[in-house]
Amino acid sequence: MSRNLILGAGLSSLVVLSALVSFVWTPYDYAALNIPAKLQTPNARHWLGTDHFGRDMFSMIMVGARTSIAVALLAVGIGMSLGVPLGLAAAARKGSWLDELIMRGNDLVFAFPSLVIAILITAVFGAGAVNAIIAIGIFNIPVFARITRGAALSLWEREFIMAARVAGKSAAHISAEHILPNVANLLIVQGTIQFSLGILAEAGLSYVGLGAQPPTPSWGRMLADAQTMVSFAPHLALIPGFAIILTVLGLNLMGDGLRDWLDPRIRVARS
Amino acid sequence: MLRYSLKRAFSLAISLAVASLVIFAVIEIAPGDPASFMLGVNAQPDTLAALRTELGLDQSKAERYISWITGMLRGDFGTSYTYRTPVSQMIADRMWVSLPLALYALALSTAIAFPAGIYAASRRGKVGDLTVMSATQLGVAIPNFWFAMMLVLVFAINLRWFNAGGFAGWDKGLAAGLHSLTLPAIALALPQAAILARVMRSALLDILGEDFMRTARAKGLSRRQALWRHGLRNALIPVLTIIGLQFSFLLAGSIIIEQVFYLPGLGRLVFQAISARDLIVVESVVMLLVFAVITVNFLVDLAYAAVDPRLRSRT
Repeated sequence: MSRNLILGAGLSSLVVLSALVSFVWTPYDYAALNIPAKLQTPNARHWLGTDHFGRDMFSMIMVGARTSIAVALLAVGIGMSLGVPLGLAAAARKGSWLDELIMRGNDLVFAFPSLVIAILITAVFGAGAVNAIIAIGIFNIPVFARITRGAALSLWEREFIMAARVAGKSAAHISAEHILPNVANLLIVQGTIQFSLGILAEAGLSYVGLGAQPPTPSWGRMLADAQTMVSFAPHLALIPGFAIILTVLGLNLMGDGLRDWLDPRIRVARS
Repeated sequence: MLRYSLKRAFSLAISLAVASLVIFAVIEIAPGDPASFMLGVNAQPDTLAALRTELGLDQSKAERYISWITGMLRGDFGTSYTYRTPVSQMIADRMWVSLPLALYALALSTAIAFPAGIYAASRRGKVGDLTVMSATQLGVAIPNFWFAMMLVLVFAINLRWFNAGGFAGWDKGLAAGLHSLTLPAIALALPQAAILARVMRSALLDILGEDFMRTARAKGLSRRQALWRHGLRNALIPVLTIIGLQFSFLLAGSIIIEQVFYLPGLGRLVFQAISARDLIVVESVVMLLVFAVITVNFLVDLAYAAVDPRLRSRT
């Protein structure tokens, strides 16, 4: 296993663990206001300091991790559950009207950056974490569809797939039984990358008020609150920023490491 | 090339038409009547009816769509529900901030990424390469709006080299305008520069293994000379594609960065429009952004086909 994979998995596990622990324990109630203790820098009582309402930053970061992970994970789930079958179908019917329809549809969705989708959804339904999930999830669909189609196309030319076709198996059967397991590694790596992009997108959407709404803690929302106070309380911006960077860095390193680890050609070359 | 261009232009027109239909349909789902929203709950029915006629809300959905699209083609985006001014004028005013910001960021991103990518490729596996690659790994992980806040903290609040926000305006001169956009452009350019440097490095490394590079070396060119004279030109093809694609990300990214610096660009316009439920403004700005993304992708495809004839024959 590469250093990237170990470091990335370590950082990512730390974030996931703190999000999970926050369900049963946080140092303080993340929503409890304590005005006399406001704007404290990190100290023995409040490890990461307090915000302008005296809320414990460490507890907010732990609970905020929950929001980031949940939004990014569900967005990857939407992208995978719709994009992968579309990519498999397009590859199975290469060159047909279905393939053309799916690929042109992908191009169209690609023209809507997740922020633009979020703006549209928010204008109609209002802001919220669910809308952020939908916006990021929709943007993920063509990503997974394209990568699945690309990988599946080369597999359809392979001999073991020819054998399955000669044996009379349907395209759907072959896609599910033979193609999908062979593209799974690629999807895991892409999933990790989209997960890290989802964390960044969620933070951005929450920052501009299109994502999670108060009182749900979110790292992006914490940064938006910190903006007017950054000159006299920089820790309010530094801490959520570092949380985002470490999470994204961890996931990216894990993605790189997984790609190397799961790709037999790279593994052989290294050994 | 002409056949390919025409085919892509047809595809561009279809994409734009479908995108406009999607945007129109989503906005149509929005609950509530804009006329009632503008006049308030105590509005008289005849006043309400007159305003609905004025805004074209009494027409059928198909009529409204056709009128919106044909208006847009003529440069008439309709009238803002809240400001009662032409949307096209509002967008044009804001574009003078958002477009230069995106272009400034694109120039910075290229200026940072090119030397970094070339340096890393020429020092493959050495400390220099490792340093650049680690920096790009970090650059990709940093949210641009957080980086923007840090730039404000250091360069505006502590060092006082720049203003913390606002836009001086182009009427104060090019230097003043660019000065106002420098911190936002740096914040916007950083993650894109990190991505571009990685693409540049990997494109150059691919080229270094090609036969024509070995021939260049066999003819007596040093590794560096071969890289500069033959490698760079060939590596530019994928890099230019990424630069084209990044422009749309920069335009969309500027929406968030404008919030950090209180810049009067498209981003602020669209967020004000969302809070005021000025849906015609939202609709028009979103259409404009999608138009920019689709058109830039189309131009990138054409440029790519112009330099790589294989692509033309493939379609």
